[in-house]
Amino acid sequence: MRTRFDEQLEQLHVELITMGALCEEAITLALKSLFDRDRSLVPVVLEKDGEIDRKERDIEALCMRLLLQQQPVARDLRTISSALKMISDMERIGDQAADIVELTDQMHDKQLEMSSSLHIRSMSEEAVKMVIQSVDSFVKADLELAHSVIAYDDVVDNLFSKIRGEIIEQIATDGTNGEVYIDLLMIAKYLERVADHATNIAEWVEYSITGIHGEMDGE
Amino acid sequence: MSMNKFEISNLDLFYGDFKALKNINLNITEGDITAFIGPSGCGKSTLLKSLNRMNDLVEGCRITGKVLLDGEDIYGSMDLNHLRKRVGMVFQKPNPFPMSIYDNVAYGPRTHGIRSKVKLDEIVEKALRDAAIWDEVKDRLKKNALGMSGGQQQRLCIARALAVQPEVLLMDEPTSALDPISTSRIEELAVELKKEYTIIMVTHNMQQAARISDKTAFFLLGEVVEYGDTEQIFSMPKDKRTEDYITGRFG
Repeated sequence: MRTRFDEQLEQLHVELITMGALCEEAITLALKSLFDRDRSLVPVVLEKDGEIDRKERDIEALCMRLLLQQQPVARDLRTISSALKMISDMERIGDQAADIVELTDQMHDKQLEMSSSLHIRSMSEEAVKMVIQSVDSFVKADLELAHSVIAYDDVVDNLFSKIRGEIIEQIATDGTNGEVYIDLLMIAKYLERVADHATNIAEWVEYSITGIHGEMDGE
Repeated sequence: MSMNKFEISNLDLFYGDFKALKNINLNITEGDITAFIGPSGCGKSTLLKSLNRMNDLVEGCRITGKVLLDGEDIYGSMDLNHLRKRVGMVFQKPNPFPMSIYDNVAYGPRTHGIRSKVKLDEIVEKALRDAAIWDEVKDRLKKNALGMSGGQQQRLCIARALAVQPEVLLMDEPTSALDPISTSRIEELAVELKKEYTIIMVTHNMQQAARISDKTAFFLLGEVVEYGDTEQIFSMPKDKRTEDYITGRFG
């Protein structure tokens, strides 16, 4: 009875999975460029970011078309409105990956190495894990996984505070590299934002399944 | 505080051997627009008609249970004319009488004994204004109502229903025969009218129910499957059958 609509919803699902996978790749490659001091990855990440932007526009257009043609209600409406919100968060993750490589691109090897004295690597592992799991929770409509991503945001927030403290200490002892440390602080902040966007994605997954948005729930 | 205009309890309705309504329990809030939705033959129009006893005319129709209007049993000692005055009805197809616009609207008040020309003029103008059609017809009140467009005829029928100053307006798919512009006029009118009247509307148009109603009842096979705030029904229905129906998976 609604074959075409179901096909369009399936298409939306596939497009979102593709966009989620692009985000995972972009942020993973951006961090690889930092830790492996591999500048050849910079244009690759920037290209991924462009691809993510195009995907966002395509999915947005598809959602608009679905709203117009199908006038969705109930679960269908929640799926489409969640998709519209999720793609903004995914697009921001792409931006942050690009922001990270733009900074690493300007640093020479020695400067990049300075990150190893900080908790940036463990923070990046946790942030990337959140991105992957938030996308997974969407793909599998896994409410439990979405909840665990939301809860995990505190871990990344705490790591950011820790790195901030470490950087303050480093600048105090090693005044000559202040500028590099500030850039590394920026990278940590981008990672903290990436984790926030992963949390948002998980919250929209929760909404599309239950009709309740985590943040509104507490009010 | 919101009051119940209608309280329907344990209502069963039979057409001969066929049980068209099964144990309906529903409260209709005063000043709300309540939408009845559901597939054809699910009983929503039957229930609507039970609210001003239009089914009395149907041969073999039998009703058990209670329908209270402001606490008074409409199937008890209430005078039928009095009930119909309090609970007006607008039908799917506009059905103006083959007479002038003025006489259509004055028909009800006249049958209720109002003879004064001044009084009738006043009632007709107010009813036509309330039905948002006064400006279009004020210069041709003596013209035959059948010369109006479908949308105008439907608003005239609403004016005719309003002329006897009812408390409740029953609307049975009032826009299904109308074009989109007339439809949106009637919808805006309904929202305007709920300030003074309680409105119950049967509609097959899901978007219409979602747009203008406060509460929605979903009917299936003579039963009310789900009844609640319209926003909840259309964003987060509790019953899978409601979800399946409003999303077009059956029906």
